[in-house]
Amino acid sequence: MTSEPFGDLIDRCRAAEDDLVRRWRADVAASLRGRISEIELDKELREILDAVLSAVASADGADTRSAAYGEVRALLVDLSRGRALQGFSPRETAISVFALKKAVRDSVGTGPEFTAFSDVIDELGLFTFESYAKTREEVISNQAEQLLELATPVVKLWQGVVALPLVGTLDSARAQVVMEKLLQTLVDTGSEYAIIDITGVPAVDTQVAQHLLKTIVAARLMGAECIISGIRPQIAQTIVALGIEFGDIATKATLADALLLALGRIGVDVTAEMSKRGL
Amino acid sequence: MERLPILKIGQMLLVSIQVDLRDDMVIALQEDLADRIVETGARGVVIDITALDIVDSFTGRMLATIAALSRVLDAETVVVGMRPAVAITLVELGLSLDGIKTALDVERGMRLLSSARGTAR
Repeated sequence: MTSEPFGDLIDRCRAAEDDLVRRWRADVAASLRGRISEIELDKELREILDAVLSAVASADGADTRSAAYGEVRALLVDLSRGRALQGFSPRETAISVFALKKAVRDSVGTGPEFTAFSDVIDELGLFTFESYAKTREEVISNQAEQLLELATPVVKLWQGVVALPLVGTLDSARAQVVMEKLLQTLVDTGSEYAIIDITGVPAVDTQVAQHLLKTIVAARLMGAECIISGIRPQIAQTIVALGIEFGDIATKATLADALLLALGRIGVDVTAEMSKRGL
Repeated sequence: MERLPILKIGQMLLVSIQVDLRDDMVIALQEDLADRIVETGARGVVIDITALDIVDSFTGRMLATIAALSRVLDAETVVVGMRPAVAITLVELGLSLDGIKTALDVERGMRLLSSARGTAR
């Protein structure tokens, strides 16, 4: 059974396939402005056209959700995923599909069956856009995760002294990661002093202070001492205004001061250490 | 009933907790430890909890009680080897174990005790 709504459109498309792909490619290439090579594009579009024509010619040709469109959907997911990852805009991605409509109209001509074909392309265009958005969402959530890991390096400053330079806003989720990472590093390196540098933290509110205090108390329980450094003047003002008490926790204005304090408590003689290493 | 071994090293007592603690063991430990401190005249107690991966408020209070008890008998307590997960749990439970000395491992704990005694003399 051939699908009625499309008439002989499919056969005419098949006959004019080369011309169709050329026109389609020209439209898509214009919108992409040379960021994908013509050969690559040609291959991609030919595959999609072939799959679309086969699907339209099948029994369920009018229903883009049917099994016949499985291959088309897979190709479109690939296309939109690729475009999303390469940083193309939604418009540039959608046009890759919608331009087929114009190519068919110009190459094969319109007719009553063109409306049905146009509907199919619209559906496929929407589908492409949906998977484009989905890929972008994945990219964003991946980046958020990576950021969480990247933004919390624990640096060894001296034998027994580690530093944790905090950069960015400290929310509960991040504070938890930071806390676990710092405490684990203390165990792994056997460090007795940890310097938490908050130069890169844009604002300190009661919640951030609470997280910091918890980390410090936990470190104390494990037998390590924390020093907070990098307190900017405005941050100091906020801390006082909010009535946050750091108690007997040592706080220093700069990382250098904090390191000096830690070295002093350990009892390191820097000059002696340098001459020992021949510096 | 299972009892935790208390080892005497020099002037110190070492308790290494290697098994999951039951409440009755904890109470027995407190009694034993008090006896041993008096018996040996120890000046310091090192409690090693490296192997402990689950704590509850009872265990947390046990550590505080032991510390208070030793202090009365003129011995310092150091808790050593607390795991990060345990430390986080205790903080979340609101037990900051104020007044208890802590150290990263047994070696550091013993050094801490001997230096504290050194300055006291």
